[in-house]
Amino acid sequence: MSPLQLCLAFSSLLFAVGLTGALARSNSILVLLGLELMLTAGSVNFIAFWRFGPPASPATGVVFAIFAIAVAAAETAVGLALVIAVYRHQRNIRLPEANRLKG
Amino acid sequence: MNTVLVILALATLGTAAVAMSLRNLLHSVLLLTATWAGVAAFYLWAGAEFVAFAQLLVYVGAISMAVLFAVLLTRHSRDDVAAPPAARSRGVYAAAAGAAVAGVLLAAVSLAPLATAPARAPAVSVRQLGGELMGAHAASLLAVAVLLTVALVGAVVLAAGGPPEKPGDTP
Repeated sequence: MSPLQLCLAFSSLLFAVGLTGALARSNSILVLLGLELMLTAGSVNFIAFWRFGPPASPATGVVFAIFAIAVAAAETAVGLALVIAVYRHQRNIRLPEANRLKG
Repeated sequence: MNTVLVILALATLGTAAVAMSLRNLLHSVLLLTATWAGVAAFYLWAGAEFVAFAQLLVYVGAISMAVLFAVLLTRHSRDDVAAPPAARSRGVYAAAAGAAVAGVLLAAVSLAPLATAPARAPAVSVRQLGGELMGAHAASLLAVAVLLTVALVGAVVLAAGGPPEKPGDTP
């Protein structure tokens, strides 16, 4: 396999691990971390195509990955705040128990 | 060159898989920190130093600490960090879904006619990157700045909101 294909296989497997974790676990923090793994796999793809893909503008992939990291950080902050808000209402962060929208 | 990549990928995937299957939340978060450090090492290997250090600062430094705080703030007692096991059938279905997605993606990757790789990494200095961010991508930089501000203010409002005020409700 070429290095690009190896990188893409790496990111595919990382995505699959994150997906499995997000689906299998019932703890909301672990679901959030599975989502983070999937986002990281996306960033890995940006860098892999930037490094090994057909040449584009020299900084495109790096800029894209930086923006992806910034958006992922914002998403994590909001997700953890939601986890804490759910804990305050329900005294529990397991997803099967958090089934009310009412506060 | 490929050997380094395979070792990095195996270490990263191994820590991620173990972290997603552990019962103890604290151990999971610490192992995921190792996963993110492995991804940063991948960025270094690919020649994107700036992204690697951004990944280290943001994920290994900041996000892992925020997640640790969330884990420690949302437990009932000192020993309450072990998540109760989910239903076994749910784990089986999730593993099947993950394996199916991985199979489809790996087949697509191995069959796709991908362009040949350039031998050298495109050289991007930090100066050039700053010029790009402030020049061609200034609008997106502003949008990300606004997004981060709004998201963090929203996170503070969500997390710091008082308890639900109900008359006659004893805490």
